[in-house]
Amino acid sequence: MNSSFILGKLTFDALPFYSVIAASGAAVIVLGGLSVVALITWLEAWGTLWRNWLTTTDHKKIGIMYVVLALVMLLRGFVDALMMRAQQAIAMNDPGYLTPDHFQQIFSSHGTIMVFFMGMPFLFGLMNYVVPLQLGARDVAFPLLNAISFWLTAAGAALVMVSLVIGVFSTGGWTGYPPYTELSYSPTVGVDYWIMALLISGVGTTLSGINFVVTIYKLRAPGMKLMHMPLFCWTALCANLLVIFAVPGLTVAGGLLALDRYLGMHFFTNDGGGNVMNYANIFWIFGHPEVYILILPAFGIFSSVIPTFSQKRLFGYTVLVYATMCIAVLSFTVWLHHFFTMGADANVNAFFGVMTMIIAVPTGVKVYDWILTMFRGRLLFDTPMLWSLAFIVTFVIGGMTGVILAIPPLDYVFHNTLFLVAHFHNMLIPGMLFGLFAGYAYWFPKATGFRLDEKWGRRAFFFWVAGFYLAFMPLYVLGFLGMSRRMAYYDQPGWQIYLIVAAFGAFLVLCGIISQIVQLTVSIRDRACTTDFAGDPWNAPTLEWATSSPPPEYNFAVQPEVHSLDAFRAAKEAGCPYPWPERYEPIEMPRNSMTGIALGAVSFVLGFAVVWHIWWLAALGLLGVVGTVIARSFATDTTRIISAEDVAATETRWKTAVLAARGASA
Amino acid sequence: MSDATSRHPGINLSHARREDERHAEVTVFGFWVYLMSDAIIFALLFATYAAMVGRTAGGPSGPELFDIANAFVETMVLLTSSFTFGLAAVSLKEGRVGASQLWLGVTFILGLAFLGLELREFAGLAAQNATPQTSGFLSSFFVLLSTHGLHVLAGCIWIVVMMVQIVIFGLSRQVRSRLMRLSLFWHFLDLIWIVIFTIVYLPAVAS
Repeated sequence: MNSSFILGKLTFDALPFYSVIAASGAAVIVLGGLSVVALITWLEAWGTLWRNWLTTTDHKKIGIMYVVLALVMLLRGFVDALMMRAQQAIAMNDPGYLTPDHFQQIFSSHGTIMVFFMGMPFLFGLMNYVVPLQLGARDVAFPLLNAISFWLTAAGAALVMVSLVIGVFSTGGWTGYPPYTELSYSPTVGVDYWIMALLISGVGTTLSGINFVVTIYKLRAPGMKLMHMPLFCWTALCANLLVIFAVPGLTVAGGLLALDRYLGMHFFTNDGGGNVMNYANIFWIFGHPEVYILILPAFGIFSSVIPTFSQKRLFGYTVLVYATMCIAVLSFTVWLHHFFTMGADANVNAFFGVMTMIIAVPTGVKVYDWILTMFRGRLLFDTPMLWSLAFIVTFVIGGMTGVILAIPPLDYVFHNTLFLVAHFHNMLIPGMLFGLFAGYAYWFPKATGFRLDEKWGRRAFFFWVAGFYLAFMPLYVLGFLGMSRRMAYYDQPGWQIYLIVAAFGAFLVLCGIISQIVQLTVSIRDRACTTDFAGDPWNAPTLEWATSSPPPEYNFAVQPEVHSLDAFRAAKEAGCPYPWPERYEPIEMPRNSMTGIALGAVSFVLGFAVVWHIWWLAALGLLGVVGTVIARSFATDTTRIISAEDVAATETRWKTAVLAARGASA
Repeated sequence: MSDATSRHPGINLSHARREDERHAEVTVFGFWVYLMSDAIIFALLFATYAAMVGRTAGGPSGPELFDIANAFVETMVLLTSSFTFGLAAVSLKEGRVGASQLWLGVTFILGLAFLGLELREFAGLAAQNATPQTSGFLSSFFVLLSTHGLHVLAGCIWIVVMMVQIVIFGLSRQVRSRLMRLSLFWHFLDLIWIVIFTIVYLPAVAS
């Protein structure tokens, strides 16, 4: 490919006019982006946005920005899924409406987005919002680093979105296996987009992992022992330990692949002594724990939701903690089950098969704990609880198909078929996404001060669950029938009916997503009726509910003292849930900073320039990254004091609301 | 009293104020966690090197290429730089600004000397047509060593920034805390180099 000094490999050919579909996708992205910009300008909201959101170091606002990013990416990733289902439903002896190359880009971006730019940001959003509150802390350990992590994740997501408009995306799947993703087979910039997006967001994720581990170990409220922590904090701790130890694997795998592509090295090439198995090993040493990074916090959400809506204590707290730790450790012992068929000897496969099955034990323990939590409880079927119930049933089915895949001889039959696709969607959709939705509905009133609309929530729930079963159960059958995954078209008449059912399932999920959009709109419109400033709408046991909704910037005017599990419930039972003092102290909080957004911007420029081989711009980007960090280290005036009077005023307003709410309920 | 409450090793940061101690404890612990994460990157690169060491694709192998004398000098330079950083830390502890600047400067020069030696070694290899593009073995060798080298470069830049900050801010709480972390980083790099020397160079001599 021609390359110029000024623009590298970037030419007019990079614009997506090679197909109508690609061009319309690009148009949607561009018009969507422009209309958001226009709307903000029209509302004259740039100043507010900049001061209150883009430069914030408040963990709660960063959490909300993470969730917004995740929801936008969920839409994008879901459109990809819908396009694939539509293509396969009609592509029987027919080219369908997508070219094979375009189909490959779509499944690659679907996987990449759903794992890295929907699941991860959504989880980090909820963790950001909830964990410091549950710990009774004022913020995370490193608030500015937190903002930087978010903006690096956003920069990665932006690179994926830009690939839709300028150039192409990877065709190598979300795992990017070489030698296919080597330059000789994938000469376009698609794989480079994939690598740069993952490397940049991966740095952000690692920093987040460090931040949360330190927060949980060091910033717990006075008296709160580790075994006093809510289970969500435990799962967040284990997930973030996994982040710290696993994400470097992604960095190394992606980095070495980039060196092969950019500098002609031979890590994973077919010639020159390269060894593809190195990639499989390094990637899955990251990739398998990644599954648990996604699922463990969702387990924590279910462990918050189920007891609250069963009006009981969580059954077997200690067991759940140890089961979580077991899963975290075992997740590092099973990576090889992702390549049972690649020629390891039978003993190796048997070992990893057994290790894989062993994970079902602590997971099964958890399922029993959740069921026993509900046993003889007074169940309230609010939407968070509905998601949790659907999760338990569906997840168990997925777990059983997982045990089938963990048997190496059976894996030889099923690997790379739609059975596998059905299995991992059967784990991650109920195991992660339903958890995220449960957490979204559960903590929404905490973050905004008003509840989500229950009616539309139930509709969304119904469509999602029905859609899930219709979309993925046929894929198990197709796996049995031998249909391999990632097929753009096929010639087996027997397959088509299942693919049509699956497409119908995807359509139902679309109805679910539309219901969720309607739910959000309706909830905002009717917020006056569901306002709950006092802050404890579910009569919940943990500390995040012991402050106003939304909480003040400093979370707690007086740090709560904790002497037991479920601290807030214990305080409520003792009759003094809120430690209102006679007088308040001034509080020191970090100032806003543009370092986060600036680092995100220069990292994006760096990534984009490297993708297109625009080396002068890459050098500028790198200089920008280093320069921003060094410049920030010279800043001195980084905190501000909230005066005792301001704290007192805020707290009094809340106290009035609490007393009014209690008066109303009494 | 302050010894009993000191919960992090190395440079004694101020214990006069409770918040100082809390700040140092959280920040330094966070940096240790970061180092653990970085150690995983090196562990994976070591594992990759071990898997690739025989994959020379007809090109030269380690025993044919490696100059143990040069690697030994590099080791000495880096070990000495850890020692001089230790002297900088002691001066810092005693509040002697000039001495800590001096020893930081010496450490910086030794860091640059190490990088110079490493680049000279790379150039020598390239002259024998042993480049990262030659074979999987050499790819993993160059990447392992350059990753360490880039860390040393980052450490050198960090030393310069800290020397400037000492001039501007004196030995303030922030500066001491950062120097504490820089010292952890520097000794960590020393540690990684010892493993490189053991895994990369010693087997080449032994065979």
